[in-house]
Amino acid sequence: MKNKFITAVIAAGFVASAGMAFAETIKVGYITTLSGGAGIIGKQMKNAVELAMEHKGGKLGGMDAEVIFVDDQRKPDVTKQLANKLLKSEKVDVIGGIIWSNLLMAIHKQVTRADTLLISSNAGPSPVAGSNCHKNFFSMSWQNDQTPEAMGAYMNTAGVKSVYAMAPNYQAGKDMIEGFKRFYDGEVVGEVYTKLGQTDFQAELSALRAAKPPATFIFQPGGMGINFVKQWKQAGMDDVSKLYTVFSVDGISLPALKETALGTISTQTWSPDLDNAINKRFVADYKSKFGGYPSFYAAQAYDTILAIDHAVAKSGSKDTAKMREVLAAGGIPTTRGSLKMNTNHFPIQNFYLREAVKDSDGVVTSKIIDTVFEDHGDAYAQDCKF
Amino acid sequence: MTSTLLLEQIFNGLQAGITLFLIAAGLTLILGIMDFVFLAHGSQVMIGAYAAAAITIATNNFYFGILAAIPITFVCGYLLEWLIIRHLYGRDHMDQVLATFGLILFFNEAIRIGFGPAALFTNFPSSLSGFIEILPDTPYPVYRILIILVGLLCALGIHLFVSRTRVGAMVRAGASNPEMTAALGINVKILFRFIFAAGATFAGLAGMMIGPLTSVEPGMGEPLLILSLVVIIIGGIGSVRGAFIAAILIGLVDTVGRVMLPMLFKTFMSVSTADTAGPALASMSVYILMAVVLVFKPTGLFPPKGA
Repeated sequence: MKNKFITAVIAAGFVASAGMAFAETIKVGYITTLSGGAGIIGKQMKNAVELAMEHKGGKLGGMDAEVIFVDDQRKPDVTKQLANKLLKSEKVDVIGGIIWSNLLMAIHKQVTRADTLLISSNAGPSPVAGSNCHKNFFSMSWQNDQTPEAMGAYMNTAGVKSVYAMAPNYQAGKDMIEGFKRFYDGEVVGEVYTKLGQTDFQAELSALRAAKPPATFIFQPGGMGINFVKQWKQAGMDDVSKLYTVFSVDGISLPALKETALGTISTQTWSPDLDNAINKRFVADYKSKFGGYPSFYAAQAYDTILAIDHAVAKSGSKDTAKMREVLAAGGIPTTRGSLKMNTNHFPIQNFYLREAVKDSDGVVTSKIIDTVFEDHGDAYAQDCKF
Repeated sequence: MTSTLLLEQIFNGLQAGITLFLIAAGLTLILGIMDFVFLAHGSQVMIGAYAAAAITIATNNFYFGILAAIPITFVCGYLLEWLIIRHLYGRDHMDQVLATFGLILFFNEAIRIGFGPAALFTNFPSSLSGFIEILPDTPYPVYRILIILVGLLCALGIHLFVSRTRVGAMVRAGASNPEMTAALGINVKILFRFIFAAGATFAGLAGMMIGPLTSVEPGMGEPLLILSLVVIIIGGIGSVRGAFIAAILIGLVDTVGRVMLPMLFKTFMSVSTADTAGPALASMSVYILMAVVLVFKPTGLFPPKGA
């Protein structure tokens, strides 16, 4: 009798714990820049994450989910503290987000060694793709060098014989020009490093006018891109040289540049007009909810949530090792279609040539005009041994 | 080719310098007369740029935007002094730094709440988008020449006002010795309130003019503030003439150095070394200039008499 009672209690306990397991919650810490000049980027990413959660009915892979947003203020020390807080006191299962490469470098070791998945929505510095890679890190964006590599390759096929390259004087600026030169076969006649955060490029444009290169390649992200392209057009530089850009003319700068940007070309892994069901739903709902086109940052943030959803749904668990196995296998449904994963956990994906055009409502956006690379992997994967 | 490029760069330097002067003119008097450390002067640039941009967008008229923004920035400066700044004169410099730094944060957030974090788009009218040949085959944008002219006119106006009028004499007296000026029965506080508002207006004018060239966004004034502090230190705190000469000097050194230094370095070192060393030295050049000036003239090039 007594034994039966104990068995019943234990059985009840099992049922209860099974019920508990069913009501498990997956916690996601999302780190992005919500204040300061780059706050607009973080805001778009937060919008996209919230939209993804709404599309998934507030659950990830069928599991109750909670997303905690934190503001890194674009400072590595703040980011480190935030990651620590998310890991130790919030006990999150996954950390996502991160716009800036230097911030990612600051927390990469800390998060991956705590046996927590770290999924980058944007930053892709070369060390974490190569020799310092870690099995718990995944990229939902690209490796930094790849986008300028695509531009270099396109300019070869376009028959551009020589180019003048310009980027801000910091690590990512140098990486971008390195990546560009890796694929570009023509002659780089000038390599100019501008001040980070520079607002007036008139002096550089004067020098460019004197040098008269047939083509100019630029990487000027954020506000610098707005200023550069605006001043380029104002100075009538289109008559002197043809402009090729990466990360300078996008969903962040287009609303400020409007018609000025028309005709500017860039390379990117994503575009609002990418033709697949997930992307169409994302762009349409984002536009109606937030009143404007999403940028690639927003798309990658949306994809980060889709990746977590996919990992939980397929593994049926929020266990790091099990989710990692699912993500590493690739085939992640995203706004860029089914995403393949490289051996270093960076996507293998297409790179498109985009042009700034007006849509049917007269809003300036970007449109794919060509595919430069199909299933392009990065140059560092071979150095990555987990 | 190189000489026409140099001439073009000198024009670029002049334009940058003139813009800096408009910002530094008010700041040098604020520091000089009231011995007040005012860090939020960059916010005045932003307020001017936003006022002009918002009105230009609403009315679709660039000139109307500028004309309406000038009184707005004056009133903003006047109210700021009356509401907040005048209560801080008696405090020490550290308190003033903290309070005006807080004002920077306040203005940036207020703008972000009011206009959103994205940059506002403005462009100058197509009638100003042409080019003038400053030399055969060296076109220079009309709009930038206009900035230089407006800036020079302002400089001339400020110079005549300070050196030829009775109020200007009070300003100069206030800059050299505020206590003695007050003892002579001049209401330095009222005088200063108007100087403060006028300084805000000139800084705002700089913002209005550069708005169509650069992006009008929260925090746009801060990088300019740092350079204008360098300007007033080189020029001598409290001296408008010093601020003018120093601003032009800084504009030229910064602009010409940025482009010419890497080119110069390439003549005697490898391209990759020059690409690294050139921009590095160019970004230090204005601070090196400041350090050199301070070694030989610790109070700046043109300190007000008696200071």
